[in-house]
Amino acid sequence: MRSHTFHDRANINVEVVVASFSTGERRKRLRGDKRVLEFAATIKATFEPVIRTSLYPRSQIDIYVQVLQQDGSTLQACINATTLALINAGIPMTDFVCAVTGGVHSTSPMLDLTTLEENDIPHVTVAVMPKTKKVVLVTMETRLHVDRFEEILNLARDAGAILHQEMKEAVLSRSASLIAMAEPVTKGQSRADDDVIVD
Amino acid sequence: MIAFTSFPPQADDAYRKTRHYKEQKDDEYMDLDNDEFDGPHAAKLTCPGESLTSSQDFMRGHGTYVDNEEVIASVAGTVERVNRLVTVRAASSRYNPEVGDLVVGRITEVQPRRWKVAANSRQDAVLMLSSVNLPGGVQRRKLESDELQMRTFFEEGDLLVAEVQAFFADGAMSLHTRSLKYGKLRNGQLVMIPPVLVRRLKSHFLTLPCNVDVILGLNGYIWISKHVKANEQEGEQGFDAEAVYSNQNDVRLSFLPFNRMNLNCARKDIDSATRTAISRVSNIIKILAAHFIPLSDTLLLDAYAWTMEQEASDVKRLLLEDYGDALVAAVASG
Repeated sequence: MRSHTFHDRANINVEVVVASFSTGERRKRLRGDKRVLEFAATIKATFEPVIRTSLYPRSQIDIYVQVLQQDGSTLQACINATTLALINAGIPMTDFVCAVTGGVHSTSPMLDLTTLEENDIPHVTVAVMPKTKKVVLVTMETRLHVDRFEEILNLARDAGAILHQEMKEAVLSRSASLIAMAEPVTKGQSRADDDVIVD
Repeated sequence: MIAFTSFPPQADDAYRKTRHYKEQKDDEYMDLDNDEFDGPHAAKLTCPGESLTSSQDFMRGHGTYVDNEEVIASVAGTVERVNRLVTVRAASSRYNPEVGDLVVGRITEVQPRRWKVAANSRQDAVLMLSSVNLPGGVQRRKLESDELQMRTFFEEGDLLVAEVQAFFADGAMSLHTRSLKYGKLRNGQLVMIPPVLVRRLKSHFLTLPCNVDVILGLNGYIWISKHVKANEQEGEQGFDAEAVYSNQNDVRLSFLPFNRMNLNCARKDIDSATRTAISRVSNIIKILAAHFIPLSDTLLLDAYAWTMEQEASDVKRLLLEDYGDALVAAVASG
């Protein structure tokens, strides 16, 4: 893939696969490949400013998202899962990315919608970087009254901060357990000085 | 009509515990000047976007970046400090090569005057034609004829052990095999584990008493093969090109075509005991890696001895989960 390499930064490649058995009723192809491609493009655009790609010139970072089960707020789940996967892989990022889907039913805003809710009410997916409180993604496929938009956006940003705490706890406990498992080397080190060459 | 019922509340699993997070102030610096910081139990964990310290008093190292005069972590892992330099070491990541590291890699491409080698790093490593030993051990400049027969040295898919010689401007590593210790690998099996589990040792060529050689590549690739006796390894003068760049595993003499018998008379078959030992060692390494335990020579020896002591010391049984857990418990604690 020489055409996709950049001499000053890493290329990010996102591929999304939606299993046909992931929805309530089985569907052959989930609303066409176009939608899945757009999904991938959205994820790529979300993470491009967050991953510190300039550290890895002429390389590629592959992100494979496989949706095995879904019931609404799929983009939100994909973005949050990608954040955790990137951190787990040790890829440098400036911050977490926390996404949440918000909607509004008559006048009451709501978060984290199911498929039924997504089908009926206007909704918007918002991704935030909790440290700087910057919004990296706002995407909307339905019409939403402009008076309601600010309310939902603020609610989603607050929800992003909560998600950040949860994700941070998960990341820290995962790191702690990895480091704790790698810890008991004391036994090997005491004898590491004499090489074991037994003929 | 579809009826929805929510999932029954689960018993307290790990996920429920994270619900009660502590209220933490975001702009709270870690206490880097603390004397206990250098102690072994003071490993401070951090994750991307967390402020570590002020950039005026400290220098930023790997795994950090500076924003708004603050040093901020960019990976999840432990914070380390050397004098005024703050780095964050990721709990697990890709292999970060350093000059002099021993790596095991696989040839992916043959290009003009160079091979591309996949070595678990961020980019393919490069092995220049000028950095390999020629068959016959002669020291001379590489000619055009050598360029044309590069595939007789290394072909796509070949495994090799090499040393990191230098880096290119873009961070790709350049390898060399200019020693009899390095070169093509055969008579064995490759095991891949996370690179953090291979620590720097005095020697990365181990010989286990079960007649098995282990090469611990720092990139997490481990080669386990039949033991080659030191006196069978030809010296610099009698550099045996046939053996060094051979694509054949050792076979019984009777299997060889007649015209190759003489060339291979020094080689011996890999007997089934050796094959079993190789599988056993590779399974042990896989178990230790699954439990995220760093490899060391003594650990391998202890684990091998433990599996031999067991009543049913069948190699296949090693891969059963409870057997692996018992192995780890026996070896890591004792």
